[in-house]
Amino acid sequence: MATPLSSMALVSFGAFIGSFGAAFLKAGATRLQFTVASLARNWRLALGVFFFCFSSIFFVLGLKEGELSVLYPMVSLGYVWTLLWSRIFFGERLTMTKLAGLALILIGVLMVGLGTERDPAVRGALNPSGQVR
Amino acid sequence: MTDRRRSITLVLACTILGAAAQMLIKSGATALPHVSGFIPNVLAMLSSPLLLAGYSFYGLSTVLLVVALKHGELSMLYPIIALTYVWVAILSVLVFHEHLSPLRVAGVVVIVGGVAILGRDKF
Repeated sequence: MATPLSSMALVSFGAFIGSFGAAFLKAGATRLQFTVASLARNWRLALGVFFFCFSSIFFVLGLKEGELSVLYPMVSLGYVWTLLWSRIFFGERLTMTKLAGLALILIGVLMVGLGTERDPAVRGALNPSGQVR
Repeated sequence: MTDRRRSITLVLACTILGAAAQMLIKSGATALPHVSGFIPNVLAMLSSPLLLAGYSFYGLSTVLLVVALKHGELSMLYPIIALTYVWVAILSVLVFHEHLSPLRVAGVVVIVGGVAILGRDKF
């Protein structure tokens, strides 16, 4: 079984959308209080959940074809974006250690992606109009 | 440091639940009918019991993660979250009989290392 490039692209895009979910969950979690009124007013948490749900649509579309052992590691691309949002929105420092971690993640994803053979016939689940088949 | 310990235990539980969720989600995704258009695809997903079960597991693990994040820094919990990649790789072979080439195994190890390094950083 081969994993089409379109599946990898869909999962990678889902990871990008999901990184906004992580950022909003973090913002919501720091304000978390276990009272009904407080939970109902925690729009950051709600937005975080929404972004995760939205990202999962692309993830599942990607998973329709291909192998989980190739596609799941691509979710880690979300960390690249999460670190960027951590720097921008939470003022966390972007250190050499974090950059080294990012580099390893990118190299690892590349290795996992290259470690699969590709069947040209199953490439491109996206038709020319951009709609998902 | 009991808060930190509790966060770590919760996140570990998240990784196991999360990996189980991926098995259900992949099974559900593979079984989805081929329909055209974004909305019909989303509707097909919403009517898949396997996907709903998978995302229930995933939702539960997300709630646990939110509770853990209240007391622990996101970056501190990264190394434990990274274990999910290991569970999913092992389960993909056991459940779906996928072939893990040496390059792929190495890739997963490098990713886990990268995620773990993110958490080693002081902030």
